[in-house]
Parts: sequence; structure tokens; C-alpha cells
Amino acid sequence: MSETIASQPTKGFVDVRNFGLSYPTLEGPVEAVCNASIHVNPGEFVSIVGPSGCGKSTLLNAVAGFLKPSEGDVTLDGEAIDGPSADRGIVFQQYSLFPWKTVKGNVEFGLKMKHLDKSSRDRAARTLLGLAGLTAFENKYPDSLSGGMKQRVGIVRALATGPKVLLLDEPFGALDAQTRVIMQQILTNMWQRLKISVLFVTHDIDEAIFLSDRVYCMTARPGTIKAEIKIPLERPRQQSMMMSSEFLGLRRGLMSLIREESIKAMGGELNDLALDGLSIDLNGQSLADVV
Amino acid sequence: MAQVGVWPYLTRWYLVNRGGLRAVLIGAISLVLFLLAWHLLTIYRVVFFVRFTNVPSPAAVYESLTRAMHDTKFFMHVMLSCRRILFGFALAAIIAVPLGLVMGRFKLVHEILFPVTEILRPIPAIAWVPIAIMLWPTNEQSIVFITFLGAFFPVLVNTLHGMSLVDPVLVRASQCLGAREVSIFREVYFPASLPHIFTGLTVGMGVAWVSLIAAEMISGQFGIGYFTWEAYSLVQYADIALGMICIGILGLGSSALIRGLGRLVMPWNRT
Ligand SMILES: Nc1ncnc2c1ncn2[C@@H]1O[C@H](COP(=O)(O)OP(=O)(O)OP(=O)(O)O)[C@@H](O)[C@H]1O
Ligand SMILES: [Mg+2]
Repeated sequence: MSETIASQPTKGFVDVRNFGLSYPTLEGPVEAVCNASIHVNPGEFVSIVGPSGCGKSTLLNAVAGFLKPSEGDVTLDGEAIDGPSADRGIVFQQYSLFPWKTVKGNVEFGLKMKHLDKSSRDRAARTLLGLAGLTAFENKYPDSLSGGMKQRVGIVRALATGPKVLLLDEPFGALDAQTRVIMQQILTNMWQRLKISVLFVTHDIDEAIFLSDRVYCMTARPGTIKAEIKIPLERPRQQSMMMSSEFLGLRRGLMSLIREESIKAMGGELNDLALDGLSIDLNGQSLADVV
Repeated sequence: MAQVGVWPYLTRWYLVNRGGLRAVLIGAISLVLFLLAWHLLTIYRVVFFVRFTNVPSPAAVYESLTRAMHDTKFFMHVMLSCRRILFGFALAAIIAVPLGLVMGRFKLVHEILFPVTEILRPIPAIAWVPIAIMLWPTNEQSIVFITFLGAFFPVLVNTLHGMSLVDPVLVRASQCLGAREVSIFREVYFPASLPHIFTGLTVGMGVAWVSLIAAEMISGQFGIGYFTWEAYSLVQYADIALGMICIGILGLGSSALIRGLGRLVMPWNRT
């Protein structure tokens, strides 16, 4: 039974070449992303990190098919992406379960769109829900679930159609730290079982390192790829690895890359000139001295 | 864990439904007080700014009711009004809901039809009576038409409102799960708008009764509105109050019916 889901994605090669996208606004076009090239190999887990507003969602939405590139090509297994489809599953930061469907109904939705008959829909949904530890909740409506549970259902729903790629846009951003750790573990487990390509957007560096095979770091707007970092940590990954020197080294490296860009994104370093105007007395020192 | 047996069950039932019981109790007391006030005001024929001299007392209305219970004519009036509501309201729902869904989904349809509906909407259904009489060959048809108009616009406006509030993220999610136009419409837009559609149906039902009663009073020959007006002409004051109370109960009942239907159709919506 589970082979029908597990054995599918031998493919799932995402290729984004020289991608650029501008949003039209009243003040003229806003260049969100420019000349970005990334790829996800079949079965690979790739993250994108970058400062707020650097165009991570824009990039992901182009792969999902919601946005057309202004420049460059976005392809999946060599075919240009033309609109959203079931071969790219997506999980949004906002909870996006259908409130009028039960947990199981939500998971079955994609299969229903594929015109699968009721009994095979039922079996596939139950298998996946079991894998995510959601069996006890299959007849609940989303409103009665916690945030973590909703995202878990969201991931299961996106995986149910057997997509080639799973796209996630800060899926755990709204969760508390403990829940987030559990969700990361669940996502890794499901990814390893299903051997699917994953493109994961986050601004949490630890999360990106812990989950990924590779991490792309983006610059401030207009976003381009600033660096590509391989994560050589062995699998399966344990929570304890987050304390290893290897992990901390990667973390330090990424941190300084992001810091530079975040400062740019916020409009430059705090400069002393601006602080000179201030004369706040702090135990005899001026604020500028303290900084 | 949970104890079995009748007594523990009743105790738990009481604990869960305490709030509801309280509301029912207070509601009953308030109704009794209302009846008492009505009784006293009419028995003593109070004249204080308003005159209760000719207003029938509860006892007189009760007497009138027992008489009406043995009178097939009264039932015929009630049944006729119910039938008009049923036809007019059903017609309004069948036309306004799909129209609202289509207008909400397709901009061009919205742009074409919205100005017309906006101009017609503020016209009270009752102002249509002369035109209705010209439009329709029979009196019965024009009354159903007036009822239809009363229900039509609240249903349309609320359906449109529901469509405008559909979360685009849900539409995107459905597209990524392989949904095409028809499925998106059926599986996302329609259920997402349902709560507002039902708000529209409830409001529409209220306005349908208002319009029906007014139409029956003006141009009817039968129906509970006509019964009430006729009672005034025939100086049977107790029947006026009987007709009014009957209208109130029918309106209440039909709204409750819609709310119940809504709960049945939307088990996820627990408000
Ligand atoms: N519809 C739009 N019209 C105009 N500008 C837009 C639009 N959508 C996004 N932008 C701009 O494009 C840039 C990139 O947006 P995007 O949402 O891709 O960033 P992001 O990296 O996902 O940010 P965040 O971390 O806050 O989610 C932002 O600076 C944003 O202001
Ligand atoms: Mg974003």
C-alpha cells in the first residue's frame, strides 16, 4: 500500500535559471528578485534563507506557478512551469486548510481532484495520516486543531497527491519553539520516507541547517543568490547535533552572511554621525560610546 | 472514567446546559411579564399618550384563537400565505444564490449586472405592487412576485459579500492540489461563501414575510395579512391581534427552519 505513495518521485528536478521578477506599482516596477539561479536535485532538501523582503516568497511562488518570471526560466524536470498544478505541492505560512472539510477530507482533496475512487482515496489518506500521527484526528474540523496540527495536516495534504516537489514557505513561522522542533522532525521523517524533492523557505538559520542538504542565502532586495552552502551533517539528524561544532560553524558562517544583508535591507549600519546628535547620559558615557 | 447511570448523566447534562436553561427560564419569565402587562393595560383600558381602549385583551385573543381553530377558513389563510412564501422565497434563493456566485467569480458579469441591482435594491418590494399587477396576469402571481423581490436582494447581496471574502490562499491551495475552474468553484468558493449565503437567506426570509404581508393587505383576497386587515374592516379587533401573533410565529418558525438547515449543511460552522 505505502509503496504507491513512496515509490513515485524518482524525478523532481527543479531548475531556476537567471530568474528575475518585478512587481508593477504606481512608482514604477519594483524589482523583487534579479538574476537568481537555484536548483533542487531529485530527492534533495534545499532551503532558501534571506532577510525579510528579499524575495524568497516571490521565488517560491514562481516555482509554484503563481507568478510568471519577468526574466529567466523556471523548469521542473526540463519542462517550463505554466501555472499551479498537483505535481508541486505547497504549504503556506498561513493555515490554509479548508475549514469545511474534516482532516481526512482535506487530505483526500487532491486525490478527489485526480478522480480516484472513494475507497482508494480513503486508504491513501489513512496511510499518510498514520505516518504523521494524525489518525486520531481524521474526523475533526480544522478549527478544533492546534496550529502545529494544522500545519502537519497541510503537509500531509500537499504530499497526498504524490507531487514531485514539496514547496514550503515559512511553514513553521507561526509556531512556538517546541512545536517547531517537533514539526521539523516530522517533516524530515516524511521526506526521508517519500524521497521527494523539497524547497523550503525560512528566515530561521538553525532550521535551515538542521533540515537541509543545501542552503541558498539571498541578498537584500533585489534578491539574488549570495551564497550556496552545503550541509555535510550526516543523516538521520538528531536534535543533539545542533550543539556540535560542525553545526555551530555552519551557523556562524550563515549568520554573518545574513547579518550583512539584513543590515542592508534595513537601510544601512547605525552610523556614528546619527548618534552624535544624541546626548543621552549613561553613567557618564554618551550612548554613542556605549554602542 | 465517565460514570454511567441516569443520575450522573443528568448531572453532567445540567452542568453542560446550565447557560441554556437559564436563558430559557428568563425568556419564559419575560414572556409572562409581557402578557401580564398586555392584560393589565387592556383590562383597565389605559389611556396614556396611546389609547388601549379598543385593543383586545389576551383573553379575547385566546377566545378568538379557539374559534379560529375550528374554522377551516383561518387555516386556508395561513396555508396560502405559507405557500406564497415557499414559492417566492424558493424562487429568490434559486436565482439569487447562483447569480451571486457567478457575479462574485466573473468580473465582467459583476460589472454588467451590479449597477442594475444597485438601483433596484433600495426600492421596497411593496413599491412594486402596481408594476407587479401590470406584469402578472393573476393576483396570486403578483403577490408571489412581491415576496420573491423581498427575499431576492438580501440573498444576492450576502452571497456577493461572501464571495468577496473568500480567502485567496484557499484558492491557491486548491490549485496546487490539482483543482480546475469548476472544482475550485464547487469545492472552494461555494462552501466558503455558505455562511454568508445563509445569513442572506435568514434576512431574506424576514423581508419576504414583510413584503408578503404588505402585499396581502393591499391587493390580496386571502392570506394571513389579508385576514388581519379584514378583521380591522369588520371591527373584529381580537382577530387583528390573532393575525399579528400568527404572523410573528410563522416568521420565527421559518427563520428557525433556515438556521437549522444551515447547521445541517455546515457542520463545521459552530456559530
Ligand atoms: N504584489 C506586490 N507588489 C509590489 N511589491 C511586492 C509585491 N509582493 C511583494 N513585493 C515586494 O517584493 C519584495 C519581495 O517580496 P517577498 O514576499 O518575495 O519577500 P520575502 O523574502 O518572502 O519576505 P518575508 O521574509 O517578509 O516573507 C518585497 O520587498 C515586497 O515589498
Ligand atoms: Mg515571504
